[in-house]
Amino acid sequence: MHLTLKIWRQSSPEDAGQLVTYEMPDVSEHMSFLEMLDVLNERLTEQGEDPVSFDHDCREGICGMCGLMINGSAHGPRAATTTCQLHMREFEDGETILIEPWRAEAFPVVKDLVVDRSSFDRIIQVGGYVSVNTGSAPDANALPIGKEVANRAMDAAACIGCGACVAQCPNGAAQLFTSAKIAHLALLPQGQPERQRRTQRMVEQMEQEAFGSCSNFRECEAVCPKEIDVGFIAMMNREYLRAKLS
Amino acid sequence: MQLDAKIPSGPIETRWQKHRFDMKLVNPANKRKFDVIVVGSGLAGASASASMAEMGYDVHCFCFQDSPRRAHSIAAQGGINAAKNYQNDGDSIYRLFYDTVKGGDFRAREANVYRLAEVSVEIIDQAVAQGVPFAREYGGLLDNRSFGGAQVSRTFYARGQTGQQLLLGAYQALARQIDAGKVTMYPRTEMLDVVVVDGRARGIVVRDLVTGTVSSYSGDAVVLATGGYSNVFFLSTNAKGCNVTAAWRAHRKGALFANPCYTQIHPTCIPPSGEYQSKLTLMSESLRNDGRIWVPKEAGDNRPPGQIPAAERDYYLERRYPAFGNLVPRDVASRAAKKEKDAGLAIGPQRNGVYLDFADAIGRLGQDAIAARYGNLFDMYERITGENPYEVPMRIYPAPHYTMGGLWVDYHLMSSLPGLYVIGEANFSDHGANRLGASALMQGLADGYFILPYTIGNFLSQHLGEEKVSSDHSAFRDAEGEVAGRVEKLLSGNGTRTVDSFHRELGSIVWEKCGMARTREGLLEAENEIAALQEVFHREVKVPGSGVEFNQSLERAGRVADFFELAQLMCRDAREREESCGGHFREEHQTAEGEAKRDDENFSHAACWEYGGGRGSDAILHKEELEFEYVKPSTRSYK
Ligand SMILES: Cc1cc2nc3c(=O)[nH]c(=O)nc-3n(C[C@H](O)[C@H](O)[C@H](O)COP(=O)(O)OP(=O)(O)OC[C@H]3O[C@@H](n4cnc5c(N)ncnc54)[C@H](O)[C@@H]3O)c2cc1C
Ligand code: FES
Repeated sequence: MHLTLKIWRQSSPEDAGQLVTYEMPDVSEHMSFLEMLDVLNERLTEQGEDPVSFDHDCREGICGMCGLMINGSAHGPRAATTTCQLHMREFEDGETILIEPWRAEAFPVVKDLVVDRSSFDRIIQVGGYVSVNTGSAPDANALPIGKEVANRAMDAAACIGCGACVAQCPNGAAQLFTSAKIAHLALLPQGQPERQRRTQRMVEQMEQEAFGSCSNFRECEAVCPKEIDVGFIAMMNREYLRAKLS
Repeated sequence: MQLDAKIPSGPIETRWQKHRFDMKLVNPANKRKFDVIVVGSGLAGASASASMAEMGYDVHCFCFQDSPRRAHSIAAQGGINAAKNYQNDGDSIYRLFYDTVKGGDFRAREANVYRLAEVSVEIIDQAVAQGVPFAREYGGLLDNRSFGGAQVSRTFYARGQTGQQLLLGAYQALARQIDAGKVTMYPRTEMLDVVVVDGRARGIVVRDLVTGTVSSYSGDAVVLATGGYSNVFFLSTNAKGCNVTAAWRAHRKGALFANPCYTQIHPTCIPPSGEYQSKLTLMSESLRNDGRIWVPKEAGDNRPPGQIPAAERDYYLERRYPAFGNLVPRDVASRAAKKEKDAGLAIGPQRNGVYLDFADAIGRLGQDAIAARYGNLFDMYERITGENPYEVPMRIYPAPHYTMGGLWVDYHLMSSLPGLYVIGEANFSDHGANRLGASALMQGLADGYFILPYTIGNFLSQHLGEEKVSSDHSAFRDAEGEVAGRVEKLLSGNGTRTVDSFHRELGSIVWEKCGMARTREGLLEAENEIAALQEVFHREVKVPGSGVEFNQSLERAGRVADFFELAQLMCRDAREREESCGGHFREEHQTAEGEAKRDDENFSHAACWEYGGGRGSDAILHKEELEFEYVKPSTRSYK
């Protein structure tokens, strides 16, 4: 297929950045989206131009490192699919594709399509864990946990921390990410002792970062490659209220 | 060089307990006087960093991704083994030990393997306490499955995302210590050298991947938890960033590299679809429980699979290994697939796969039952290939997956360079010549949570009160200078070939000649071809941009430069090992039926290589003889 790419190029955080057009006359439908960018980069390098920087690692949809706005949609057109798992058969011959970095105040651009998501790590650091030192754990089966509860906790824990939720949100809010971790631990008995402190600290850290606030657009849920549901946001809000009141 | 594995004496069942008692302790007030550098934040690095910080050490942890949570461990799907015997099916520490020694084809160190099996049970306790949501039964207890042909159900799992959940557990423990100020985290930072002062590892040189600044850090001990080197093949199931640079730089500074030729080729991966292929995706081993593997009997049979009648299909694993059938171990299944391809029987548009067919299972159990078992894997396959595996058989082919070889370590997990520890996939210690499924996660976490934090104290206690070496020391300046020089050299080439084009070419040489089957002649050729290509690389590689900025081409160039040297050592090691064992198959050493033939008399040792200047032929061999007091070597047979 012949595709026209309009890619955001920005040499550094200080640079204003601009869209640059590249023609790709010979894309195979079996290529992954990132393989198509690899091919472009090989050509740019051979021509002595600077290749396009983008983050990626596992290319299996699990590390959360990749993430592009493709035609205005985080991770592109296919539901429940990360950018690295998207294949070119999802596009039409002759199409123009707009490729941009995550757009959010809390995720400043490092270079081209690469952004800084360290704000996510800081949210986890203030409380997204169970305080249990190595070697002090009781036997794993000493604490039975119902299958449904374990499953629901796993639904929340499946978050890959890619940031698509923030990028797609008109407000740039991080509620889906933060609530997924709060819910994962609040659902499990292991998470109970620190439940209120954790919620309070994580929500407050989220508010200190440059994220926007949540107005229930639910666009986060629609683009989440792991299909994390907004039910967890409601749960976080209840948890937070309870923590504040107690 | 004198190799001392420092294996404690006494009955194997009590060695680790007794040894823990014998080791010197560092008292709590003194622990904070020690700075420990940990390179890597995968299962091994994150668990070690968190545990040592909890004990009181000041930890400095480095990774090249933008967050420690993204280390390659995140991608592990299947599960983690532990000898809990929760299913009451006869499992025990001894059985896990036995299976691992045998599975490794009698090329691992017994004492280490026993300790691994022993601490496996504590890993599950620790992970559950952290909130890792393992699969459970209706009664609320933990569920297990049998994995990779094991006869007991000892594998714990969290859907198809076990690595992710275990890593997030360790990452969260790490995050807690970052918040407590006990771990300083350095993401997007790549280690490019070890600094040695008076024969002891005292620090590292790193490059900040955002700004390009080269600087160094000093510490009282250095721990490498930097993963495996499967990406020497270019195409592998590993994450794109996985590399050998940290281990290789340590090797150049004196750490021995053991058994580099032991690599694991996983039998069920999706074959490449074209020239542009950038990595290979693993399809879980569990698929072989219900899928049947076959190729057409006639070479060149171009009919769609559904139109080939059963009588014209060769279910070659079932035919050759009636007892185990499609469930033979990884190395056996992989070699069998290669044999079919070599005979011209491979299928698919690129003629590079074999069928993994679910039609019979769907007929027997119904599509819903198959979807319940493998639905997410089938979806993943469909996303990648555009084909529906409920209707047409999957196409699969073996791909590089894991490396058993790595830096040599003693029982304490210390390399031959004093003060330098190596944990996780980066070391060579526990899997011998072949790793069993679900045992890498176990080993990474055993090393990080339960072994290194104790053994490192024994070393540090001997250096209490000694003066710190600061990163102003001339050894640091020299090492930084070397690194800057290397970066400069990579940038100065004014050819036109990209880094990836060299990496692909290197990978295909290693894959063809040091992959699933090896010959003396082929290995010799490969060594020469790699050395020749390495010269062209340094002359003609084009690395755009500069060193003082975010530059992904430069990152890759540095890694590929080190893969060139490693690849030569792999071939040399494979050439010297005149036997077949585990993942190492030498065509000259096979039985009449084409099975691997070990030579215990001459090769019951770990081959430990000393750096000799970069050419494989210059490396110097040291041997650690392996003794089998408990599990007597026998021939693996799956007939
Ligand atoms: C697709 C797949 C599925 C798997 N499934 C299973 C399974 O089901 N069960 C099982 O037991 N095993 C499985 N494995 C194997 C297992 O996942 C790995 O062996 C294991 O996770 C390795 O962990 P590690 O901590 O040693 O290294 P890694 O997780 O690879 O971490 C390496 C770390 O080192 C850092 N690093 C590397 N080099 C540098 C450098 N120069 N400077 C700074 N940082 C550096 C990286 O940033 C990273 O943080 C699987 C592997 C793959 C590829
Ligand atoms: S590269 Fe890991 S999720 Fe896409």
